[in-house]
Amino acid sequence: MTTVLVLVEHDRGALAPATLEGLTAARSIGDRVEAITIGADADALAADLAPYGVATVHQVHDGLLVDYGPEAWGDVLAQAVRVLQPALVVATGTDRGNEVLAQAAARLDLPFSANCTEVRGDPTADTIEMTRVRWGGSLLEEATLTAPTKLVTIAHHAVDASPSDAPGAAAVAELAVSLDASLARSVVKGRVEREAGVTLSTAPVVVGGGRGVGSPDGFAPLQELASELGGVVGCSRAVTNNGWRNHADQVGQTGTRIAPDVYFACGISGAIQHWVGAMASKNIIAINTDKDANMVSRAGYAVIGDLHQIVPAITAEIRKRKGA
Amino acid sequence: MRILVCVKRVPAPGARINITADGQEVDTAHLAFTTSPHEECAVEAAAQLIEQHGGEATVLTLGPGEAEEQLRYAASVGMHKGVLLPTTDGEWDPQRTAAAITAAIRELEAADGAFDLILFGNESADSGGFQVGIRVAYALGRPMVNGAKGLTVDGGTAHVQREADAGRETYELPMPAVIGIKEGINLPRYPTMKGRLASKKAEVATLAPAADPGGLAKVVLARPAEKKSETIILGHGPEAAPAVVDVLEEIGVL
Ligand SMILES: Cc1cc2nc3c(=O)[nH]c(=O)nc-3n(C[C@H](O)[C@H](O)[C@H](O)COP(=O)(O)OP(=O)(O)OC[C@H]3O[C@@H](n4cnc5c(N)ncnc54)[C@H](O)[C@@H]3O)c2cc1C
Ligand SMILES: Nc1ncnc2c1ncn2[C@@H]1O[C@H](COP(=O)(O)O)[C@@H](O)[C@H]1O
Repeated sequence: MTTVLVLVEHDRGALAPATLEGLTAARSIGDRVEAITIGADADALAADLAPYGVATVHQVHDGLLVDYGPEAWGDVLAQAVRVLQPALVVATGTDRGNEVLAQAAARLDLPFSANCTEVRGDPTADTIEMTRVRWGGSLLEEATLTAPTKLVTIAHHAVDASPSDAPGAAAVAELAVSLDASLARSVVKGRVEREAGVTLSTAPVVVGGGRGVGSPDGFAPLQELASELGGVVGCSRAVTNNGWRNHADQVGQTGTRIAPDVYFACGISGAIQHWVGAMASKNIIAINTDKDANMVSRAGYAVIGDLHQIVPAITAEIRKRKGA
Repeated sequence: MRILVCVKRVPAPGARINITADGQEVDTAHLAFTTSPHEECAVEAAAQLIEQHGGEATVLTLGPGEAEEQLRYAASVGMHKGVLLPTTDGEWDPQRTAAAITAAIRELEAADGAFDLILFGNESADSGGFQVGIRVAYALGRPMVNGAKGLTVDGGTAHVQREADAGRETYELPMPAVIGIKEGINLPRYPTMKGRLASKKAEVATLAPAADPGGLAKVVLARPAEKKSETIILGHGPEAAPAVVDVLEEIGVL
């Protein structure tokens, strides 16, 4: 029996949907999927996990586990691994997923393979094989992981979450842990809730500007086009580095991954680190003076010329048709 | 205040990443080198903290001898000293890297006292292991939070802010502490002429790294399949606007 233990990511009891990707991947690797929920707020999640083929949910309770804390969560997971001795531990490669697995790996003195797109082989063998993401997705690495318990995260969005064909009821078990009070030192102390609204990662339309925009003021016409289409403005790192836009607008490896219906890439050359953030866009319209720019050859559609003339003309045409 | 920043030398590829014939490395024949944007921001954060609170900042790297270039660059933007852990056998796995860096930190601290803060990048730009800083922190018994988008220090406490799905979280770490920095926390400065000159003279110490390989091993690198689509050129200049809006209507965003 190959047991895979999946870390359930949640925030004060709200399940992170990304967890379902990890559960789906876990089902394809092991023949018994168990899950661990951390903190009493997460107890109710057992019902949400069962459809994804979870046989047992291990619930952990401790006064220290009211809010997220990387060291506390990592310590809980390390203790769970010592007690349950799963062949494989899986989380989804979100900020927290990667952080908690690294914390557990450090405590267990075990290797950890982050952001795998595929895990192959029998997890009970000494060594398993995997494909993992490098350069934020621009490159893949075939790797091996040799350890008594294998710790991996599944790259976010690499697997489509799907419920099990034959789900049962998840059994619930309490897992006793003993946490040192010092772990409280890195628990969340406070939080400012995010304002609701369209964000770069969820916007249906993104109008992105690069160095070709030329100045902070040059973004005004891009903002107008975005507003006309219910979208938001994005930018390249050249723009952020120049201080023209806030980093929150940056698309790419070290910025935000976008997946809009349409991405306008205006005055952006299409460096690979920008492209990995934009490639999930359903349609790309590149606007560039250089017909040989990488963004132009990678895009589905392109207009060749000066963005300063083309972007306002598009906005005017939209307004014309809306008015008509 | 004493701060250490750990950076990694990585190639700066342009349009695509090419791989050497044996599939082991990124082909760097025509590439410049840099450090990850996250680590550039960690260097900037250290420089700003030293400006506010006084003290000394050291930058450390484990890598080929050429990585001295990244140490000198960091010195040109405010770091006082460099430490190079030279390797000759390609990239080290994360456990081995963390063990070597931990040993070096112990040696540096034994000589000159503890670092109040040790800063890392959120993840390295090339291998993206998401773990070296966390392993070092655990080995040293220090608190660690990754992904910092805000960092201030008062008294013995490091105040960290980080973006989560639900909002902006705050953490208060007792120092000495370890923090992983994310791009966007600040805007890294460019070196001044004075900085460049100072960096040439900055002290760079070399410590021999020694650590056993860990359990994660690279076998071969590959480029993900890119589906090549023909680009439809909608036109030249503003006259193309109606064709663009036709496409928007076709897609259904209008
Ligand atoms: C580790 C690492 C991570 C990185 N992460 C990111 C990231 O997350 N996001 C990111 O964007 N970059 C990232 N970069 C930087 C990336 O390599 C490029 O440097 C950057 O994307 C270039 O931005 P750009 O296209 O705006 O500028 P440029 O490459 O200078 O391109 C400007 C383009 O504008 C066109 N142009 C100029 N004038 C006009 C005009 N009037 N009208 C129309 N077109 C015009 C030019 O033809 C050119 O194609 C990263 C780099 C590294 C090493
Ligand atoms: N070879 C290295 N030398 C110095 N610092 C490193 C090295 N490798 C990784 N780091 C640091 O550890 C962080 C996390 O790396 P990683 O675990 O590879 O994602 C990086 O952002 C760097 O700050």
